[in-house]
Amino acid sequence: MADEWKPQILGIICNWCSYAGADLAGSARTQYPPDIRIVRVMCTGRVDPLFILKAFTDGADGVLVSGCHFGDCHYLEGNYKGAKRMFMVKSLLRNIGLEDKRLRMTFVSASEGAKWAKVVEDVVKTVTELGPNPLKELTR
Amino acid sequence: MAEKKTKKETAPKKKETAKAAAPAKAAAPAVKAPEKEKKESRVGVFICHCGTNIAGSVDITDVQEYAKTLPNVAFADNYQYMCSTPGQSKIIDAIKEHNLTGIVVAACSPRLHEPTFRTATKEGGLNPFRFEMANIREQGSWVHMHDREGATEKAKDAIRIAVAKASLLQDLIPKSVPVEHAAMVVGAGIAGMQAALDLANAGIKTYLIEKNPTIGGRMSQLDKTFPTLDCSQCILTPKMVDVGRNPNIELMTCAEVENVEGYIGNFDVTIRKKARGVLSMAEAEEKGIVGGGCNGCGDCEVVCPVIKPNPFEMGMKPRKAIYIYHPQVVPLIYHIDWDSCIKCNLCVEACADKKAIDLEMQDELVKVKVGTAILATGYDIFPVEKKDEWGYKKYENVVTSLEFERLICASGPTGGHLVRPSDGATPKKVAFLLCAGSRDSTGIGHPYCSRFCCMYSLKHAHQIIEKIPGAQPYLFYMDIRSFGKMYEEFYYRIQDEGAKFMRGRVSNVLEDPVTKNLIINAEDTLLNRPISLEVDMVVLAAAVEPAAETDKTRKLFGVSRSMDGWLLEAHPKLNPCGTTTAGVFLAGVCQGPKDIPDTVASAEGAASAASIPIHMGEVELEPYFAQCIEEKCAGCGMCVNLCPYGALALVEKDGRKVMEVTEAKCKGCGTCGGFCPGGAIWMQHFATPQIIAQIDAFLLGGAK
Repeated sequence: MADEWKPQILGIICNWCSYAGADLAGSARTQYPPDIRIVRVMCTGRVDPLFILKAFTDGADGVLVSGCHFGDCHYLEGNYKGAKRMFMVKSLLRNIGLEDKRLRMTFVSASEGAKWAKVVEDVVKTVTELGPNPLKELTR
Repeated sequence: MAEKKTKKETAPKKKETAKAAAPAKAAAPAVKAPEKEKKESRVGVFICHCGTNIAGSVDITDVQEYAKTLPNVAFADNYQYMCSTPGQSKIIDAIKEHNLTGIVVAACSPRLHEPTFRTATKEGGLNPFRFEMANIREQGSWVHMHDREGATEKAKDAIRIAVAKASLLQDLIPKSVPVEHAAMVVGAGIAGMQAALDLANAGIKTYLIEKNPTIGGRMSQLDKTFPTLDCSQCILTPKMVDVGRNPNIELMTCAEVENVEGYIGNFDVTIRKKARGVLSMAEAEEKGIVGGGCNGCGDCEVVCPVIKPNPFEMGMKPRKAIYIYHPQVVPLIYHIDWDSCIKCNLCVEACADKKAIDLEMQDELVKVKVGTAILATGYDIFPVEKKDEWGYKKYENVVTSLEFERLICASGPTGGHLVRPSDGATPKKVAFLLCAGSRDSTGIGHPYCSRFCCMYSLKHAHQIIEKIPGAQPYLFYMDIRSFGKMYEEFYYRIQDEGAKFMRGRVSNVLEDPVTKNLIINAEDTLLNRPISLEVDMVVLAAAVEPAAETDKTRKLFGVSRSMDGWLLEAHPKLNPCGTTTAGVFLAGVCQGPKDIPDTVASAEGAASAASIPIHMGEVELEPYFAQCIEEKCAGCGMCVNLCPYGALALVEKDGRKVMEVTEAKCKGCGTCGGFCPGGAIWMQHFATPQIIAQIDAFLLGGAK
């Protein structure tokens, strides 16, 4: 089991920048590890802290929230608000004893396919090093 | 805990939503009966091979068998190309045959084919918003090409997540809004002028906004144009005059976009008309000054005591504090450079009865409403002094190609006689350094090719051979890129005329302190030997980069940029003039380096695209609006301040305050929905229960 273990990572990404960036990585055939599953939202401002907490209680080993660069948000400032919330969730995670590194917020534009691949690689690496989400044992 | 909270959340006010949208003409098909009696979800899953694009890395049969085991899946099928007509027919037929309530297509990105499959869903008799896409190509098979197992597992999960959402999707009715019969073009170089003329000639009122005091842009600074050697001004000025007198074009020079609000069809744009200091004849008439206003006589310029360098002439010709760029400006109105004006009042006295000059003039804010907008903000020259090995701004006889254009131009500071800046002598040996800041991976210049420098440098070589007897041009190049119509032929012609080509990047340029001649050190990579060459003058074919104000303007219009700073098109091949902001288009070099023919073509494309919604008269907005679940709303009003568009307000209902959404203002970002502490905001198509269902489907599995 131990060597078989692959992290389950949820990516909640915005339609305009990061999702388009991820598509670009595809068109360019930039290879990256397959250990992430994507839920598309229109803006990272849509990301309710509830989504992150739900993912972790469901047993996600890591969550990646990715949006537009600051100043580039399709909706002017949704990414600022999303990012602020992520800081709040990170401190919540620390308070309940979960490594806050399991949650990552990044900014990948529609033209940064290569960056998207790097981000996923990096998140998979970080989460793999942290090991399985300890909540999984408690909730199942 | 979180789960409990979301389960309680029921789909709110479906009826009301539909009612609210109903008056606006809805292009919805026979919408299924409102789901009062909660109908069982029956989802159809269609898996696309995309030839071998998907099937090459994903086990389609395995995925299809798996899809059949998922809750709510009533039918699963696969096809070679789901986007083809037979592929779409499969969806249409299956909806009827299997009484489906939701559709999932596992194929490419929704950014590519969501509209296609929504149409098919609609043709099958379902509301088009009961469709969800699982991206198993761009974010599946293409990025895990050599990991069949990983890609297959990811595809299964993506379908499970999509099915979970499709099971909860609701009927939505897009709102149609009228489109203002007017357009805006920002930037009046050749791209903006062409776009504005096309729009105006198609009967559309067009506001043409230019930050400089005259239209014409970079092209008006050029002497000749390659490969035909047309005089730039000769082909440009008739167009400038056309722009100036077209009744459908409202030209605003010395103007900048200050603010943009609204959405496609209804952009409210605030323009800052900068104080010009001089009234046009029309403005004077408005003020009751009969027969007054600037007629371009230039009496003011004669008396002005201030002398400064003219930016149009790259600083190589003097001008006054009150001046025009060049004699052919449109509109022919003088303007004041406030930084150098000393308010001595001499010009006001010289202008006399025309009373055109107002030294106390203030900026003015003008608001206009337009249906669509085109950005044509153009380019600036890369500050090539950053590459200090070539000595620009250090050695007098090193100039940029744009300075060379002015020096060789008959209307330029030297009357078309090419001279060395150091001593006014006619140069005989002139070196042209190509890719000066282009194709540069050092981090100082730009990695891209600026695309037109090879060709204008060939033209420059031709011009000195033609104008200066015995002159010898040397071109230091990496590759000569002569890809356009008649360009390669032009390259051969210049070779035949005697220009010398040296393939190699110049490592440095040094100056002889006495003669001010320049010594070029390079490597001839064809002959594999170092070169040291003394020349009279060096011309740097400097790279181009987005104009300085581009970033500010693009943010106002919500347009993204590419990694290199040029504005990002909606699709590099199939939608090069569109952007991801509906109703905003790109023309010319602001999207990426282009020569004049390509710029004009792109401008005509943008004008055509921008005129479509205007001629249609109305556009459909995606109905991803926020809705308030009133029984949950505590009236705290936190969401009101979060909304970047002012779409939310607190209103009094049944004796308490609740939030209300103005749908036309809401763009559906969901920033309010992501925050509401009471879970009282229902984001249509991205509702909390739908997203939670996706998360649960991923992590908790979904076997029947």
